[in-house]
Amino acid sequence: MFQNFDFGVVASSLPYLFGQGMVFTLTLTALAATGGVVFGTLLAMMRLSGVPGLWHAAKLYVELMRSLPLVLVIFWFYFLVPYIGAWMTGSPNPIQVGAFTSALITFTLFEAAYFAEIMRAGIQSIPKGQTAAAQALGMGYAQTMRLVVLPQAFRNMLPLLLTQTIVLFQDTSLVYVLSLTDFLGAASKVAQRDGRLVEMYLFAALVYFAVCLAASFLVRRLQARVAIIR
Amino acid sequence: MTDSPITGSTATPAPAAAAQAAPSDSGLQPGTLIEPARQRAPGTAMIAIDAISKWYGDFRVLHECTTAVAKGEVVVVCGPSGSGKSTLIKCVNALEPFQKGQITVDGTKIADKATNLPKLRSRVGMVFQHFELFPHLSITDNLTIAQRKVLGRPKEEAHKRGLDLLARVGLSAHAKKFPGQLSGGQQQRVAIARALAMNPVVMLFDEPTSALDPEMVGEVLDVMVELAREGMTMMVVTHEMGFARKVADRVIFMDQGEIVEDAGKDDFFGKPRSERAQTFLSKILQH
Ligand SMILES: Nc1ncnc2c1ncn2[C@@H]1O[C@H](COP(=O)(O)OP(=O)(O)OP(=O)(O)O)[C@@H](O)[C@H]1O
Ligand SMILES: [Mg+2]
Repeated sequence: MFQNFDFGVVASSLPYLFGQGMVFTLTLTALAATGGVVFGTLLAMMRLSGVPGLWHAAKLYVELMRSLPLVLVIFWFYFLVPYIGAWMTGSPNPIQVGAFTSALITFTLFEAAYFAEIMRAGIQSIPKGQTAAAQALGMGYAQTMRLVVLPQAFRNMLPLLLTQTIVLFQDTSLVYVLSLTDFLGAASKVAQRDGRLVEMYLFAALVYFAVCLAASFLVRRLQARVAIIR
Repeated sequence: MTDSPITGSTATPAPAAAAQAAPSDSGLQPGTLIEPARQRAPGTAMIAIDAISKWYGDFRVLHECTTAVAKGEVVVVCGPSGSGKSTLIKCVNALEPFQKGQITVDGTKIADKATNLPKLRSRVGMVFQHFELFPHLSITDNLTIAQRKVLGRPKEEAHKRGLDLLARVGLSAHAKKFPGQLSGGQQQRVAIARALAMNPVVMLFDEPTSALDPEMVGEVLDVMVELAREGMTMMVVTHEMGFARKVADRVIFMDQGEIVEDAGKDDFFGKPRSERAQTFLSKILQH
C-alpha cells in the first residue's frame, strides 16, 4: 500500500522541520516547564501555608486553570496579555508582546496549576520530623523549605514532573491557533504545500512517539541517579 | 590560647577533668565534645520552665509544669506513653507553642513576641527519636549545612568542626556516605554531632535510643554519657534507667501532663514518693 507514497518530501524538508519547528517546540517546552515548576511550587507553598488568604487564592487559581480547555486559555491570554501589560506598566495603549511571549506566559501559567498539585503532594510526602529537625537547627521557614523540604520533594516527584513535561511537549502543538510554527505546524505547512498529507503526518506522529519514548527512558535513568538513598 | 581542635575559639585552657573524663570504651576518640565555657556552673538556671500549660482543643497535654535545669545539670524525664514528655521538651525550643506560662532558656524568654525563635533554636541542640538526618545530603553536608546557612560560618571552618565532631563519635570513615547507608546507631551518633556542631548551650534528647535495635543502644548512650561527663547541660527523655543512674543529677516523672516527681537521682530511685511513679518504675525495671 505504500507504493504511491513519496517519502522524499520528508527527507528534503528535514532542515525546516527540525531546524525551525522542533527547535521552537523544545524551546517553548523547556522555558514553560521551568517557569511552570517555579510558579507551581510557589502555588503549592501558598496552598500549604495555612494562611487563609493565600490558601484560597492558590486553590481558586489551580481549580480554575484545571477546569478550562487549554485552547481557550491560549486565546484569552493572547487578547488579554497586552491589556494586563498596559495595566501593570501604566501605559495608555495595549503592550504588544508578540505571539511567542504570549504563548510562553500562557503555557507557564497553565502548567503551573498542574505542577502545583504535583509539588503539593511532594511537599506533603516529607515527614514532619524533617521540618522539626531543620527548625531545631535554627532554620527559618524559607531556609527549611529551600534547603530541606523542596530538594527532597523535588527528587521524590521527579518522575511525575517529567511526565507532566512530556504532556506539555505535546500540548505546545496548540500554538498553531496563534499562527506560530512549531514542529507539527511546520510538518503541516509542508504537507499542505506539497499535497503529501499522509506522509508528513505519519512522520510527525513517529517523531512525537520517538521523542516521548526517549524521554521516558531518560526519566528512568535520571531517577535512578537522583533518588534518595534510603 | 590552647589549641582545642573542636572549639577553635576557646579562651580558657581546657580543665584537666574534661580531658580525662571519658572512658573510651566505645570506640570513641579521646577529646572533648564541648568547650569548657559551657561546663558545669551549678546555681544558674539554663532552662526555667514556669507553670506552662498546653491544650490540643479541649485536651490538656501539659498542666502547670514547673521545673528548672541548672547549667551543667543532666535531667532525665520519664513517664508512661502519652504523658506529655515529648511535648514538654519540644516546648523548650519552641517547636511546640504553649498557651500559658513562660520558659526561659539561657536568659531568653520563649513566649515573648519579640524573641527571635530561629536564633534561640540555633543555640539549643535537639536529638530526635528517629534521628531526622537529611537523607538527600551527605553526612558531611548534614554536619555543616546549618553551621554555614544559619551561623554563617565559612565553609572550611564548618567543615573542620563537623569532621572533628564526626571523629569524636567514632565515624570519620563515613563522612562521604549518605544517612541511608548508615545503621540506626550510627545515624543517631551523627545526629548528636550535627547538633553539637552548632555549639549549643543545652542539649535536648527525645527518646534517642527507643527506635534503635538493642545492640545499638549502647553506642549512642556512650556518646551521651561522655557528653554528660564533660558538663553539657542536658534534658533527656528516656526510659534507659541505666543511663539515668549513671549520669543524671535529677529525674522528672510525668503522668497525664503533670510533673508528678522532680527529685535528685538518689531520692528518686531510693524512695519515689508517688504511687504512680512506683508503679511505673517497677514496670520498666522488670525488663
Ligand atoms: N498534634 C496533636 N493533636 C492532638 N493531640 C496530640 C497531638 N500531639 C500529641 N497529642 C497528645 O498529647 C499527649 C502527649 O503526647 P506526647 O507525645 O507529649 O507524649 P509522650 O509522653 O512523649 O509519649 P510517648 O512516650 O508515647 O512518646 C498524647 O496523649 C497525645 O495523644
Ligand atoms: Mg514522646
